[in-house]
Amino acid sequence: MTLDPAYLNYPKRRRGYDHDIYDWSAIQDRKPVQWLRGKSVAVWICVSLEWFPITPSDVPFRAPGHMQTAFPDYRHYTARDYGNRVGVYRLLDAFAKAGIKASFATNGAIAGRYPELVRDIVAAGHEIIAHSTDMNGTIASGLPIEEERALISGSLVSLEAATGKRPNGWLSIARSQSWNTPDLLKDAGITYCCDWVNDELPYRFRNGLINLPLNHELSDRQIITVQQQSVDSYAQSMTDAFDWLTAEAKNFGGRILPLHVTPYIIGLPYRIDAFERLLMELAARPEAWVATGEEIVSVWKEQQ
Amino acid sequence: MNADPNLYDYSPYRNRPKISWPGGKSCAVWVAPNLEYYEIDPPAHPKRKAWTKPHPDVVGYAHRDHSNRVSHWRMADVMSKHGFPGSVSLSVALCQHHPEVVADGVARGWEFFSHGIYNTRYAYEMDEAQERAIIEDSIRTVRDATGQTIRGWLAPALTHTPRTLDLIAEYGLDYTCDLYHDDQVQPVKTATGNLVSIPYSLEVNDHYGFFVYNMSPREYADTLIRQYEWLAAEGGTVMCIPLHAYLIGQPHRIGPFEEALRHIAADGRAWLARAGDIVDAWRGQQ
Repeated sequence: MTLDPAYLNYPKRRRGYDHDIYDWSAIQDRKPVQWLRGKSVAVWICVSLEWFPITPSDVPFRAPGHMQTAFPDYRHYTARDYGNRVGVYRLLDAFAKAGIKASFATNGAIAGRYPELVRDIVAAGHEIIAHSTDMNGTIASGLPIEEERALISGSLVSLEAATGKRPNGWLSIARSQSWNTPDLLKDAGITYCCDWVNDELPYRFRNGLINLPLNHELSDRQIITVQQQSVDSYAQSMTDAFDWLTAEAKNFGGRILPLHVTPYIIGLPYRIDAFERLLMELAARPEAWVATGEEIVSVWKEQQ
Repeated sequence: MNADPNLYDYSPYRNRPKISWPGGKSCAVWVAPNLEYYEIDPPAHPKRKAWTKPHPDVVGYAHRDHSNRVSHWRMADVMSKHGFPGSVSLSVALCQHHPEVVADGVARGWEFFSHGIYNTRYAYEMDEAQERAIIEDSIRTVRDATGQTIRGWLAPALTHTPRTLDLIAEYGLDYTCDLYHDDQVQPVKTATGNLVSIPYSLEVNDHYGFFVYNMSPREYADTLIRQYEWLAAEGGTVMCIPLHAYLIGQPHRIGPFEEALRHIAADGRAWLARAGDIVDAWRGQQ
């Protein structure tokens, strides 16, 4: 047996990365960031608002959480939509109780289908981040560039029509991008995306787009749905992370704790209570600055 | 192909000659950070896909990139603070891509062994010349970057050929981390050379802890302590803590992990050593 000789060629084996999307830097070597009011840890809550068509698309891939049975999958269609009817309102109440603002990564379809919900979110002062069209709007290399461009612009147009404001931020479904995505987002006027989980502070791509990392390992989907942990274990992980980042911030400057949550996961009656307590606890920490994605990016940007 | 790969002779755990570690310690503990580079757009291999998504697999790539921007230093500082040297399983191309990470390990007195060129280049189906090329590349690259001559091998992404062990033995390597049949150092049968297996404790690898067994950070830390307590009580044993900074160095995991290291370091029965030191101490007793 033998492999194609080209398999032992390494044309991108060089200083820095094997791509040109962004440059390397180590977090501890960067100029320390100062958050507002002398706080050392920015707590960023990002809620995904997702509408799953009951007719799932596998092109380019089927979104996590999508339909699982033969048509019609009423079970998953309705259990996901529960988040948009019930779970999200529990989250809005919890945010109001804790006196904090969050970012809502919202499918364009949510704005068209549930305008009351989007109005309630905006009226409470939360941020809307564009999160594709609906849960069939996945992106990966192979998606024709014109289709991807139309998907990005379709999402932005729906959300702007519902809120009067064009979103500054973008989150791809499953954080999945194509080779074209960073440039298409930049062309569409997006300031920052949240897809690349390689860092714990914002940084700039070479094309000028900012990446604000939304840690998938800290998401309710990863910890509760994938790793099958309880909500108490999830909350423990969040406070452990906060404690660590607080200590690290003393030496290295501001840090970010991103909480990525999903209404149909964390908004269930048997979980929301622990999540509400977690929010109250984090919001009360003297080191915490609870902020939206655009606030974090804007403070960071001014200091670069 | 033989049904038995003929790697070693059977040796029951009961009634083995007693092994003792320097200073009268009962369990040799080594930490193996995997310092890796995964390519964003690697060539296809006929037996295994590098990424599940079309390239770029943003989460897969960026998650691993977290090691080289953020979590390596977090993990390494905790190890140094509690007196644990690293024995690095190295994607040797990291010496070209991010020499800063490799230099940090050198400065901490860590040992380096090869984990292939990239963790996205698999050894399956290589012919002998190709396999020699990656071994020679590993020896040369690590020597240039660190001044060290590699003594060990952990196959890239745990991919092998039936001749890998014979070849690394022929090149004078001392240990393999690819055989999981024992909690003690054991001889390996090779055509030439003098190769041993060192326990790599794959079952307490952080990847197994978090993604095979779905443990919480605190459950994983507790698992490390239980593994250690049992092996220390048996004596003459080896415990490896195989790590990936992008997993153990996440902000919710590093605190509980530090508590596990603190426990092991404070216990008094642990010999905190590098892989090569453990192999040498074992050989001295044969």
